[in-house]
Amino acid sequence: MNIDYSQETPLIAGRLDLAQIEELIAQPMDTKPDRKYYIALSISVTALLIGAVSLGLTFYYGIGLWGNNQPVGWAFEIVNFVFWVGIGHAGTLISAILFLLRQKWRTGIARFAEAMTIFAVMCAGIFPAIHTGRPWMDGYLLPYPNQHGLWVNFTSPLLWDVFAVTTYFTVSLVFWYVGLIPDFGSMRDRTTSKIKKTIYSIFSLGWRHSNRHWSHYEKAYMLLAGFATPLVLSVHTIVSFDFAVSIIPGWHTTIFPPYFVAGAIFSGFAMVVTVLIFVRKIFDLQNIITIDHLEKMNKVILSTGMMVGYAYSMEFFIAWYSGVQAESFLFLSRAFGPYAWAYWIMVSCNVLIPQLFWFRKIRRSIPLMLIIVIFVNVGMWFERFVITVTSLNRDFLPSSWAYFTPTMYDIGLLIGSFGFFFTLVILFTKSLPVVSISEVKAVADGAQPTHHGGAYHE
Amino acid sequence: MNNDKNLYCIAATFNTPDEIINAAKKVSGAGYTHFDVNTPYPVHGMDDAMKLKPSKLGFVTLVMGLAGASIALLFMYWSLSIDYPLVIGGKPYFALPAFIPVTFEMTVLLATVSTVVAMIMLFFQLPNNKHPLHDTKYMKSVSHDKYGILIETNDDKFDEKEVENFLKNLKPLNIEYIYYPPEETYSIFQPKFLLLLAGIALVVSGGTYFSLNKLMFMTPFNWMMDQAKLIPQKGSELFEDGFGMRKPVTGTVARGFVPYPYKGQVNPTEVLANPFLPTKENIALGKAKYDIYCSPCHGYFADGDSRLRGQFPNPPTLHSQRARDFSDGMFYHIITNGQNIMPSYESQITRDERWAIVNYIRVLQRAKNASDADLTEMNKEAGSNVAN
Repeated sequence: MNIDYSQETPLIAGRLDLAQIEELIAQPMDTKPDRKYYIALSISVTALLIGAVSLGLTFYYGIGLWGNNQPVGWAFEIVNFVFWVGIGHAGTLISAILFLLRQKWRTGIARFAEAMTIFAVMCAGIFPAIHTGRPWMDGYLLPYPNQHGLWVNFTSPLLWDVFAVTTYFTVSLVFWYVGLIPDFGSMRDRTTSKIKKTIYSIFSLGWRHSNRHWSHYEKAYMLLAGFATPLVLSVHTIVSFDFAVSIIPGWHTTIFPPYFVAGAIFSGFAMVVTVLIFVRKIFDLQNIITIDHLEKMNKVILSTGMMVGYAYSMEFFIAWYSGVQAESFLFLSRAFGPYAWAYWIMVSCNVLIPQLFWFRKIRRSIPLMLIIVIFVNVGMWFERFVITVTSLNRDFLPSSWAYFTPTMYDIGLLIGSFGFFFTLVILFTKSLPVVSISEVKAVADGAQPTHHGGAYHE
Repeated sequence: MNNDKNLYCIAATFNTPDEIINAAKKVSGAGYTHFDVNTPYPVHGMDDAMKLKPSKLGFVTLVMGLAGASIALLFMYWSLSIDYPLVIGGKPYFALPAFIPVTFEMTVLLATVSTVVAMIMLFFQLPNNKHPLHDTKYMKSVSHDKYGILIETNDDKFDEKEVENFLKNLKPLNIEYIYYPPEETYSIFQPKFLLLLAGIALVVSGGTYFSLNKLMFMTPFNWMMDQAKLIPQKGSELFEDGFGMRKPVTGTVARGFVPYPYKGQVNPTEVLANPFLPTKENIALGKAKYDIYCSPCHGYFADGDSRLRGQFPNPPTLHSQRARDFSDGMFYHIITNGQNIMPSYESQITRDERWAIVNYIRVLQRAKNASDADLTEMNKEAGSNVAN
């Protein structure tokens, strides 16, 4: 376990050649799923069905089924929304920001992280839509010419959210698809099944691996990365505006945008590591998604975890330093009030436990990192819970203080969102290349001309 | 050469990236322009070797990004400042800081989506699954792990023997002749296809009709209309008289109510005196209210020329001697109380407005019944003979 950190570690372990790489990545799509796959799928579909039933009952009887009360008008569903949008940030960060920073290790995990982004944003999108109470009326969120002569309120953070999340979803999907086109081309040319070939042909759009195309393609990829980078930062910023633009103590804070973005990257990376640990094991991708990849991601988790910890302490400091009574009261009540249990779960999961990643052995140990990232996932869900619920449950009028308790429908929807996410992830692993074939080939040993030194070396 | 087939290109495949870079340099150096390199991934330095110009895709992004920003800003300006101005949270109509997030998102959305669409449709000319390269051995190897170069027949310098020798000199793995596939034509008027189109049209329009006109009025979607509250004019079992709406307690007086003492009298012996002077503003108010409430029956100039086309009996002209002899108070009484078939306007026109209407009727009467003496009077006031 002696690693020389002064040198780049090889991106692909085991010196695979191009054919072996393609073989390895395409294998899950060429083989029939085994029993383990169906067990995993049935668990996640069960969770999805629990969510579907809760959602159906919510549609029928209305959102009165939820635990929301006065003054806690925003609770589980908003918590879930912010949580899932946050998860969705890792993918674009890996595919866009790390691309612009020339971090070549991203190639092994980018495709998977982008897919997780799309699925997480789909999960997130459900919650504000159903939180309107009558989701079939959600068309009013869009500015379209209507018989009332009314337009949407472009100055409201809630509307910015509609634009931010839909733009983010669309751009992530486009980015993902652009990355998939060459792989569809390769899949089309290797498959022997006629049905698969038709499907791959349609999605590959007739891609020919032509260098005249690659030239534009690489340019487009860079342009997309350039746009996706500010976009990914803007999305959680705008989500934080939903809170920060209001005047509720605990929400009305200028630290929210960077704090939310750091938290999003933190939780997103934790989720990506959680899923990748299983995927690389099940699909035998240890050589492409190496332990070095996981270690690098753990370092990102450690650093963003400390940013989040800094934000927690700075919130307390400003609450005291500003001298605003309502603000100081609220923060004391967060740490020692009725929701103190949630607050301390959050602090220990997000700030204390990730500190273990200072140790290289822990950073490179699969079982330990799995435990830590699961704690981070839990902690980040509780962070959103603490922000949303504790700020509301004691509002300005003590007579209206109330404790929020979730009902079984709230919990059902939370379970359902995990079911939805993991069902999509599981289906994805068997139907599309989970690692970008063309990108990984490009960084394999000897894949680039030798005289073109400098840009890439072992 | 095979005469019944049309040659598209001659292609050669290589094993290593170094060889393909070298081959591309040689081919472009020999002056060929219609050639292409096919590699399973972008090979560094290939653009230079092929002498390709840098991609112009960035211009599409720039133009569409700027378009996205300006469309978003202009639209928000138009909708919130011009079409339906609304003050929200004390912000100005054009609240630029609050417009930034949507402007940014629209910039990104339009720029990225149009870059990708332009790249695929314009720069790549895709989708194209009928290209001659598809399903060739060459294509299968270059999308797997080989590196290929091809020279097309429509190159100006193309000569079959020469190109083949040229490529052979590069020592490739193998050389392949690629032909155009036989033309396949399909008529879009096949009954099956038309039936499919009709089916899609039927499902989409039927689904839209059903969901907008039927589904939205079914349980649970109609639950917003069905609420446990009293709405005006509806009955209620709660009260003895069965009315949902309650009458005020007897003797209740509304705020600002002043009783009219001659209520219900047909020919009152005395009436109120006009408290308002016929100032410009008062007459303007009177004209506005007259045009709204009185003119439909009495006509814009009180001639009794109704616009109701006989749906309601025409009232008499207000320029008759009898009407001109009415006191102001009498007109006020008629508006307040109604007369013959004319209903009371007490509940619709306020006291002050009623007096203003009376003043305006006086103006109309004076104008319609002017005499020559008025002209002299008017010229005197105006200081010239404009009225002639």
